[in-house]
Amino acid sequence: MQDNTDLTTLIFGRLTWESIPYHEPILVATFIAVAIGGIAVLGAMTYYKFWGTLWRDWITSIDHKKIGIMYVILGLVMLLRGFADALMMRGQQAMAFGESTGYLPPEHYDQIFTAHGVIMIFFVAMPLVTGLMNYIVPLQIGARDVAFPFLNNFSFWMTTFGAMLTMISLFIGEFAKTGWLAYPPLSGILGSPGVGVDYYIWSLQIAGIGTLLSGVNLIVTIVKMRAPGMSLMKMPVFTWTALCTNVLIVAAFPVLTAVLGMLSMDRMLGTHFFTNDMGGNMMMYVNLIWIWGHPEVYILILPAFGIFSEVVATFCRKRLFGYTSMVYATVVITILSYLVWLHHFFTMGSGASVNSFFGITTMIISIPTGAKIFNWLFTMYRGRIRFELPMMWTISFMITFVIGGMTGVLLAVPSADFVLHNSLFLIAHFHNVIIGGVLFGMFAGINFWFPKAFGFKLDTYWGKWSFWLWTIGFYVAFMPLYVLGLMGVTRRLSQFADPSLQIWFQVAAFGAVLILGGILTFIIQLVVSFRRREALKDVTGDPWEGRTLEWSTSSPPPEYNFAFTPVVHDTDAWADMKKHGYERPKDNFVPIHMPKNTGAGFILAAMSFVCGFALIWHMWPLAWLSFGAIVISAIVHTFNYNRDYHIPVEEVVRVEDERTRLLDGYA
Amino acid sequence: MPDMTTTTAGTNKVLPSTHFYVREHHPEQGTLLGFWLYLMSDCLIFASLFATYAVLGQSFAGGPSGKEIFELPLVALNTGFLLISSITYGFAMLEMQRKRVNATLLWLAVTGLLGAGFIGLELYEFTHLINEGYGPQRSGFLTAFFALVGTHGLHVTFGIIWLITLMIQVKRFGLTTENGRRLMCLSMFWHFLDVVWIGVFTFVYLMGVL
Repeated sequence: MQDNTDLTTLIFGRLTWESIPYHEPILVATFIAVAIGGIAVLGAMTYYKFWGTLWRDWITSIDHKKIGIMYVILGLVMLLRGFADALMMRGQQAMAFGESTGYLPPEHYDQIFTAHGVIMIFFVAMPLVTGLMNYIVPLQIGARDVAFPFLNNFSFWMTTFGAMLTMISLFIGEFAKTGWLAYPPLSGILGSPGVGVDYYIWSLQIAGIGTLLSGVNLIVTIVKMRAPGMSLMKMPVFTWTALCTNVLIVAAFPVLTAVLGMLSMDRMLGTHFFTNDMGGNMMMYVNLIWIWGHPEVYILILPAFGIFSEVVATFCRKRLFGYTSMVYATVVITILSYLVWLHHFFTMGSGASVNSFFGITTMIISIPTGAKIFNWLFTMYRGRIRFELPMMWTISFMITFVIGGMTGVLLAVPSADFVLHNSLFLIAHFHNVIIGGVLFGMFAGINFWFPKAFGFKLDTYWGKWSFWLWTIGFYVAFMPLYVLGLMGVTRRLSQFADPSLQIWFQVAAFGAVLILGGILTFIIQLVVSFRRREALKDVTGDPWEGRTLEWSTSSPPPEYNFAFTPVVHDTDAWADMKKHGYERPKDNFVPIHMPKNTGAGFILAAMSFVCGFALIWHMWPLAWLSFGAIVISAIVHTFNYNRDYHIPVEEVVRVEDERTRLLDGYA
Repeated sequence: MPDMTTTTAGTNKVLPSTHFYVREHHPEQGTLLGFWLYLMSDCLIFASLFATYAVLGQSFAGGPSGKEIFELPLVALNTGFLLISSITYGFAMLEMQRKRVNATLLWLAVTGLLGAGFIGLELYEFTHLINEGYGPQRSGFLTAFFALVGTHGLHVTFGIIWLITLMIQVKRFGLTTENGRRLMCLSMFWHFLDVVWIGVFTFVYLMGVL
């Protein structure tokens, strides 16, 4: 009997039947819904014989366009999960006053706010940003793929399996109850003996590797693969922001990897990096995690700035005002984002001089950001503005982001921060910039580039519903939090004593419902657009009278993007080409050299997932086994030298002729 | 404005479309740049560990200090192994340039053996410390020490696995362009670890026994 238990522990580690939360009705109901939905999807896929296509054309695809689309899908799916958490929190806080304790027990509530933060940043915002960069950057610089197509596929699957590890914590074990940055000593083994923090650590480690590698990939792509003639100062602004963002990724994510590695050593091996005793120093964790964390928020916002720049120039039908200053502002923000991390913990007590330094650097960031706002305004000034959906999102962003930016400058004053630190004012501030900045940017980008990716525009009617519900919902949900924060209400509370505060939380909860409407109408927008795809069709490949190279090819672009590589003479290369009566070449095509699909990235990432799961549950034999399998598979993969092929000229001719026919028919 | 000579933006005249595309275009190979960027990101992991060591390096928690446990002669030998292995890797690269497969393999093997010697001595040092009761759990200082030196050692271990893989590939497929590029990447990796070790040797060991 004893031997039997030992063997079970050896194989399953900490995992027992007790770890399955079947005594939690909310989770059981969720599980049943997920299971029914999952079976329905799997059944439909089998019925329509989709598995082969899925594996050949998507899972193993190294085409940057398909990977970009998959990233965006990942981000949108995870948005539903992250938003479900948000609704639950808003509901709980609107109810739990006086006698009522709400419907969520504290240990469940704590997991929800942690999961909400982690999912929204790592698995919603990051995949959306990375997805758009992946799709658009190679097209904007006139390239046929990214520099390392296999690595791109691998990065995507690492991110996805990281997300899946977070998701299964719902039904097997628990998630962290520590807040999204898991400060020790709470996240140490004494404060959190369960598996929640380990789920947090290993899903972020796995996803982090993917993010880092995609950062390296896109930098090399932008540096080495630009079309002839495209000097750095002729790059589209979105590509510039993508370059800066990826520099930030490469320079920030290793610190996250290191600090989470140290935390896991404290938890697994009993070391003393961040412990309270034996010489550990927990403030070091807070410093290190924010040395990653602050650049992270700029990683998210810079590409959004790039999207707004493209949208404003396109929908005002003129050149972007102040291209050069826009580029310099982006670069300055990139550098400054490394010099402000301490503003997240002014209350640590580093003293007046240190706090002043970081307060001042933080305020300085608002200067290049302000310059950008003015550049967009001056682009609009005397432009012939078309109020299409991307432009509407952009205007909503400009107003909302300025408010968020100003509350940020308020928080940058250390003495004010001592009062506002850890309050709902802070929560309102960062939602103001992340929703009003990043998320609005992603919606602008999705509405803007959707016709490029799928060949038809998105429906405007439902798009406007989504836009207004999101915008109004945002204000209704978060303005009350500013008020509450100024009144001194701290974050992460699951119950309140003072009944006079309840009305503010009820208003905020109503705002969350409006945002729910924004999400639902967005889904309706996608469905309606798909059904009306013939009416919304984009034949020309240039539905908005675009200015940059992605609009010069068909919608959706052929596998090889460009039959001939464009030569660039101006910042707005495609606008320049149109102005000079450019005509698309129709013959003399050549075979095109392309990389081959491979399943290696998926397999490696899947094994990393198994390894992560084993480490979380202390299943040591499985952990070693899967780790060994990862190393061996990676080595085996390097023995494959046959990684590319040529698209035969007949195929290129066929695709291009088809486009010629379409264009002729349209004209 | 230097741009004016190349830009076509100012004029509206129709230009021949061939002005705007090239039939054949081969972008530059980016592997070496990509690998160098990866190394810089790795460098930041080491930077975090060095910073951690700087913060925790004096937190002895009643345990030993560096002065009491570091055996400088052993570490000097170790350092010698690693530095010489960088030179022998350089010889391998020179032979690669001359397209001499066997000489390249020979120098790679010497490099690998020196690396293995380094790892062997490091493991000896670690087991010795742990047996004395000075494992990473003993104090903040020892935690930071083991993390920094151990991470470097893990890198060297992976370098050796990679080196063996590449030796097999060179043996089987010859000194092709692709293998040359891979050898170049490993070369950067190996020299990078050497540079990091110089930092470890100076800041951890030499300054530790001062």
